Amino acid sequence: MLDELGHYALILALCIAALQSTVPLYGASRRHAGLMAVGQSAAVAQFVLIALSFAVLVNAYVTSDFSLATVVDNSQSTKPLLYKITGVWGNHEGSMLLWVLILSLFGAAVALFGDNLPPGLRARVLAVQGMIGVGFLTFIVFTSNPFLRAHPAPLDGNGMNPVLQDPGLAFHPPFLYLGYVGFSVAFSFAVAALIEGRVDAAWARWVRPWSLAAWCALTVGIAMGSWWAYYTLGWGGWWFWDPVENASFMPWLVGTALIHSAIVVEKRDALKSWTILLAIVTFSLSLVGTFLVRSGVLTSVHAFAVDPTRGTYILILLVLAIGGSLTLYALRAPALQGGGIFAPISREGAIVLNNVLLTTAAATVFLGTLYPLFLDTIGGPKLSVGFPFFNRTFVPLMVPVLIAVAVGPLLAWKRGDLRGALQRLWVAFAAALLVALIGLYIAGFKPILALLGLALAAWVGIGAIVEWAERVKLFRAPPDETWRRARHLPRASYAMSIAHFGLAVSVAGIAASAFEVENIQMMHPGDSIPIAGYVLKFDGTTKAPGPNFTADIATVEVRRGGQTVEVLHPERRFFPLQQMTTSVTAIRTNFLADLYVALGDPDDSGGSTIRAYWKPLTPWIWMGAVIMAFGGLLSLSDRRWRVGVAAKRRLPAVAPAPGE
Amino acid sequence: MRRLLFLLPVAMFVAVAVYFLLALNPNRDPTLVPSALIDKPAPVFDLGGLDGGKGLALAGFKGQVAIVNFFASWCEPCRDEHPLLMGLEKKIGVPLYGIAYKDKPADTEHFLKELGDPYDAIGVDESGRTAIDFGVYGVPETYVIDKQGRIRKRFVGPLSESAIAGELLPLVQQLQHS
Repeated sequence: MLDELGHYALILALCIAALQSTVPLYGASRRHAGLMAVGQSAAVAQFVLIALSFAVLVNAYVTSDFSLATVVDNSQSTKPLLYKITGVWGNHEGSMLLWVLILSLFGAAVALFGDNLPPGLRARVLAVQGMIGVGFLTFIVFTSNPFLRAHPAPLDGNGMNPVLQDPGLAFHPPFLYLGYVGFSVAFSFAVAALIEGRVDAAWARWVRPWSLAAWCALTVGIAMGSWWAYYTLGWGGWWFWDPVENASFMPWLVGTALIHSAIVVEKRDALKSWTILLAIVTFSLSLVGTFLVRSGVLTSVHAFAVDPTRGTYILILLVLAIGGSLTLYALRAPALQGGGIFAPISREGAIVLNNVLLTTAAATVFLGTLYPLFLDTIGGPKLSVGFPFFNRTFVPLMVPVLIAVAVGPLLAWKRGDLRGALQRLWVAFAAALLVALIGLYIAGFKPILALLGLALAAWVGIGAIVEWAERVKLFRAPPDETWRRARHLPRASYAMSIAHFGLAVSVAGIAASAFEVENIQMMHPGDSIPIAGYVLKFDGTTKAPGPNFTADIATVEVRRGGQTVEVLHPERRFFPLQQMTTSVTAIRTNFLADLYVALGDPDDSGGSTIRAYWKPLTPWIWMGAVIMAFGGLLSLSDRRWRVGVAAKRRLPAVAPAPGE
Repeated sequence: MRRLLFLLPVAMFVAVAVYFLLALNPNRDPTLVPSALIDKPAPVFDLGGLDGGKGLALAGFKGQVAIVNFFASWCEPCRDEHPLLMGLEKKIGVPLYGIAYKDKPADTEHFLKELGDPYDAIGVDESGRTAIDFGVYGVPETYVIDKQGRIRKRFVGPLSESAIAGELLPLVQQLQHS
């Protein structure tokens, strides 16, 4: 009964989305306030209904209601409660429901917090959000209905893929979706602006926080996914250029370009049509990612169950959404009036460079992801282009990006002084040189790319600090003057320094992976192996039962200088229902390096393979991502968004702009 | 002219969408790839081996049927294919040679340590030169070479149970008895 209620709410949400996508649009073209206001109530109602439907599905998983087909296929009664809940989005149907839940959440947020928007723009934005909602809700209701019954209901379910039964992976999809779907707001704003034919600083002021919020969530989501791969796959890899990873990485790259170019629209009234295009492309890439993952056109470890009807449906959706918005762009964008002009060497120029490089990087990832598919469709082979391709195309593009990251913020708007900026960066240059020389002294010329990476990380990191020091006149003004300046610096300025610093931290972690050390041995109880100044003593394995698995737990003593500093317990878990084995690695970290121990296959003589790695700076990869996301959040809390809100609120009360 | 520039994004998208449509066609057969080298002598190569390995040279095959498999540690499909290769040599009774394509020897060694080594001998093709001579699109690819050193068959992408039983095995038997 409850399940039917959820199903009904979902269908009702679809009807309301249909209303939301048409009535406000008509109202905006006729300047009818009542019709435009329908958008707000519809957006909120759509959210409430989808939330209800989602809650019903969560309830079905928690209570193990095996009369629902998705619960049968993806759950089992002995599963821990946490994974019963996260199992809701661990499958195609449930994850699509989460997708539209987040979509409607953003729609409702625009409706509730958009009081300062011109009513016409708000109505059009909500209408476009409604259209996306219609597309995905019909997709769910007609091809991926989570409320389909299983008849007769079995006594227990088929269980969940054991790989997904992990906290890191369990919470990674909601963050990714917050990111993917969050960019739908920027998309809707872009399409609405094209319909209106007007883009101004106020528009950018609106788009930027939404994009920034989506970007933060996507950053965290990608980092969580990569961290999960690192600790669970048992050999310490953390990025595979897998099609599904790339699907999340492409919107991140273009989204990063977007949050930078939107600054130029806001502050300098330039780059308008380019920013609109970025907003469309970012969300389009999110949609393409959804298509690739769910249509079965690409084979990947992450891919959901394949169903050709779903693929066809999503393709139609892609053509309507992306093709439609880009056609609108081709028709309307040439008429957008460009604003401020600027010299090539200027803050705007640096951001243009950043944009060109980031979008080119996204294009290479796109090519590398789809090239195998293209070959396949012209009768070519199924193959993977893998690391060599990306190392040769993506990595060289990142070098100029990193060089420019430190310089850009030191250039003035309109016309900058490159020589002056470089002179002020001498400390960063010295730091980069020092890091490179120390690296050369220790490791020699062999890992030359890694040394370059570390030097660039120092350049970017120290560069971010130099920029802040310049602003507060550190050591050049009396301390109290510096202190006063430091306190009055806008949060957005701190946010930029912090985010750029986070980038440096991540780059350092990535570059340093070239220096990792490993020791893989077949060990019997009592055996010891050395690694990076530690000695690992293997004390054998014991069997232990888990809720829905049995585990082999190894005991490995970590010794340094004859003393035991820690005892690690890497595990292997066997899930009898799915006949699958997963690995739980044990990691000892001091935030500078990880000691990473994984338990491999046993042999007949009672020994086990132990894989031990020492990974310098590896934890920095994810710490850097968290710092970047924190920078983004700090920027979101900047005063100017709130001040802008207050100042704007007084205006529309006088009279709606008559010229609209 | 300026307008044409604004049409570019939508034109690019249309091209991509057409590919997506083709990719959805359930009837496409991804294993049909012609090779210009079928029935031609295999390109000559002489590759170094992994640490302690003997390396691999075409000159060493003379007179016997052989299977040559291009692989790499960074390649996901190779991981999928690997379990099938493990028992292959015993099943078909001719040597299976591996060529590690654009892969660091240390990485190749891990890969084999982790998953097992199915090969009789391994050649290291770090520059990808030999793969270019063979016309390899990407890894994995598998070639059947006859007693006269000619390429007789090419398998693009990972081998499957059915490809081994239905095509590879009959061909090898036929070549051995000719």
